[in-house]
Amino acid sequence: MSEFKEIIVSTDKIHTDEYLVNMGPQHPSTHGVLRLLVRLEGEIVHNIQPHVGYIHSGIEKMCESISYPQVIHLTDRMDYLSAHMNNEAVALCIENALQVEVPDRVKYIRTIMDELSRLASHQLWWCVMGMDLGALTTFFYGLRDREHILDIFEETCGARMTLNYSVPGGVMFDIHPNFQKRVKDFLKEFKKKLPEYDQLLTGNVIFQERTNDIGYLSKEDAIAWGVTGPSGRGSGFSCDVRKHQPYSAYPLVKFEEKLDTKGDTFTRYRLRMEEMWESIHIIEQLIDNIPEGDYAVKMKGVVKLPEGEFYQRVETARGEFGVFIVSDGKKNPYRIKFRSPGFSNLFALNKMAAGHKIADLVAIMSTLDLVIPDIDR
Amino acid sequence: MGFNIYDFSGMTHNMHLWFLERMSPTATTIVEWTIIGVSYMLFVALFGLFLVYAERKVCAAFQQRLGPMRVGYWGLLQTIADFIKLLMKELIMPKSADRFLYNLAPFIVMIATFLAMAVLPFAKGLQTLDFDIGIFYVTAVSSVGVIGILLAGWSSNNKYSLIGAMRSGAQILSYELSVSLSLVTIIILAGSMQLSVVVESQRDSWFLFKGHIPSLIAFVIFLIAGTAETNRGPFDLAEAESELTAGFHTEYSGIKFAFFFLAEYINMFIVAAMATTVFLGGWMPLHFGQFESFNHVMDFIPPLVWFFMKVLGVIFLIMWFKWTFPRLRVDQILTLEWKYLLPINLVNILLMCLVVLTKFHL
Amino acid sequence: MTNEELQAYLTGKFSNAEVKTGKQYVEIVVKAEDLHETAVQLKKTPELSFDYLICLTGVDYPETMQIVYHIESVEHRHVAVLKVNTADRTDPKVDTVSDVWQTAKYHEREVYDLLGVKFNNHPDLRRLFLDDSWGFPLRKDYKDEVRIVER
Repeated sequence: MSEFKEIIVSTDKIHTDEYLVNMGPQHPSTHGVLRLLVRLEGEIVHNIQPHVGYIHSGIEKMCESISYPQVIHLTDRMDYLSAHMNNEAVALCIENALQVEVPDRVKYIRTIMDELSRLASHQLWWCVMGMDLGALTTFFYGLRDREHILDIFEETCGARMTLNYSVPGGVMFDIHPNFQKRVKDFLKEFKKKLPEYDQLLTGNVIFQERTNDIGYLSKEDAIAWGVTGPSGRGSGFSCDVRKHQPYSAYPLVKFEEKLDTKGDTFTRYRLRMEEMWESIHIIEQLIDNIPEGDYAVKMKGVVKLPEGEFYQRVETARGEFGVFIVSDGKKNPYRIKFRSPGFSNLFALNKMAAGHKIADLVAIMSTLDLVIPDIDR
Repeated sequence: MGFNIYDFSGMTHNMHLWFLERMSPTATTIVEWTIIGVSYMLFVALFGLFLVYAERKVCAAFQQRLGPMRVGYWGLLQTIADFIKLLMKELIMPKSADRFLYNLAPFIVMIATFLAMAVLPFAKGLQTLDFDIGIFYVTAVSSVGVIGILLAGWSSNNKYSLIGAMRSGAQILSYELSVSLSLVTIIILAGSMQLSVVVESQRDSWFLFKGHIPSLIAFVIFLIAGTAETNRGPFDLAEAESELTAGFHTEYSGIKFAFFFLAEYINMFIVAAMATTVFLGGWMPLHFGQFESFNHVMDFIPPLVWFFMKVLGVIFLIMWFKWTFPRLRVDQILTLEWKYLLPINLVNILLMCLVVLTKFHL
Repeated sequence: MTNEELQAYLTGKFSNAEVKTGKQYVEIVVKAEDLHETAVQLKKTPELSFDYLICLTGVDYPETMQIVYHIESVEHRHVAVLKVNTADRTDPKVDTVSDVWQTAKYHEREVYDLLGVKFNNHPDLRRLFLDDSWGFPLRKDYKDEVRIVER
């Protein structure tokens, strides 16, 4: 393949001791269709070239020919584990452009669903991280608890994963009458189960040996490469959009932004576990106080944004998600760009993993929490 | 026929005489070899099937699910169905693989397994070969399995297989040392390498209790090193699915893969059987020297049942390791052996010598 | 700094650029030849210190290609938008900023892949998602009889 020759020519001359290994698009631990071309010497990784685009669906081009409410459907499918946060980003962008004020009830519902999505995403991340490192039992423990959240979603939104719930002006349907009770029951159960996760994996000596001091990313590198989310916060980069540019009901809740400067894999792992506790606290502050009111504001049938450019940032489970809409006054966006957190996080992999072994590469990748459709769009 | 469940030596002696009456001594020997060979192969096949089923059920129990339930009552026929499926699979061989070595590798692994199984004492009178260097023979012969693994990785002509085989080879060679040294500790206590003598001398109490501290340390080290020897549990980097697809047996399919798979489970059985024989008394019932009535009750259970109960207990422990812990990285595995287990082992041998010389044992 | 202070400071500092306040953030429109120098100044000046490149977008206008950079300062927490227009649409070329903000290395590859904008001095300008048999799909005049249905 011509591409192969290009790689050998464009990077510096390969030693005779090194060899190229393809962790191909089909691989149990690349979390999706991602191809990594790894230059190895024995077990040591010298260079990693990610090849993306296996699941590129042209979402941005598609959005140029559909109406604004229809764009929400497509945002579910990018980072499918934080589907609601993606929906909310586009909805907020359109509402800010049209200067529409949503009722408080909508803000509370959106924030609760956000945090439930974040919990579900972190649970799946935890079970896959254990599985990548060989502790296959964690896979079942994490999924067992995640089923409760997905059942709650199914009852209220009609779908388990591609929620399509936030729309410009509010939410698609009102919450189910059982919603508050189910969420409170789930939280009670989950607060007992989360220490189990720590017992199983966090305190385990083998796990700590595999993750301590692996994959160091300094604060300057995190900012330069745009690594956000728990991966960036583990290096000391304070980037939580919920704190710095709050939206929906986040100004009304008290929570902490967890930061650490150590920058290794174990720190990123630990921060995500702590984020799960913070999510539980946020939901507890909101679930009893959902104000009465409408669940949506009446919008015009055809949504047309005024001319201009609008940018909205939200904090998904992976990092900062951004929606940039360029509008020319028509009912389709002129250009819509999704700033995906996975895109920036992935390309810092080379910096983090060079010099480590293949087994460490797997650990670092699973701690970056990548979802490939998010990168490829 | 003189079938005595407590002592098989009568029955085997009667069978031998029965054959001698009817045929020449040479023919008798050949017929007896055939019977023993066939019964071992049957045992390996059936026990292997049972172990695979047990592993799936135990794994499911740890993961809070049920395991195989549909094929047969409670999934009992699952392994047989898997085996038939493997028999019917197409044997794909990579074009650029080394034909002879590729076909030879699974057989070498199986041969090593059978050789080691030949000396295990299953019950009183039910031991095929009784060398006076029994323990030494077992460690020597189980090293032959490494050749099979390295050949498999090399002849597959696949980068992943090669990496997996190299890792596995390094790991097995290192942990051979720990296995041998922990067995040496018990040889010092027993005074002999002959397996039947080792079992007999545990009549008043098992070596695990007799040697207390050094024995316990040796037992723990033997378990750890034994799991590492069989590429199981937290030491299964050679076949880590999430990193290198399937390691050294990536390119094998069908019945050849079944050989590797079965050999891994039977090796686990051999490790458990050695641990049982040497530390837990083999087929000896649990006796505490003074309590006569307790000993009588324990004697009621046949030795064959004792042996399999203990072996299954140790196998359950080994399975427990696998489904709880994450995997160790290859350099961490080797560090564990050379920097930790080996020094502890050597100090433990000294300790055992002291215990034996000062007669400080029970 | 607030938007007004930022606008005043930037107007004073960059005389060649056009600085205005858009609907949300301060926008700086520079000429293509000043882009790299402006980017370096935006990052290095202590009062500005725009060290975090949030998003790099390429927009296809009828006359030109516009590259939009959303930048933020981690220390001061202000956000600005840097824009540059290329000379023409048929063969657009812009300077790279991947030596200022490393994450731009891959964002620029994406813009090259989907819009055809070439970046001068880019260390590794290759396609990212697609291969060479595709044109530049995100352009407004991209035609594909098989995959795109024109209404």
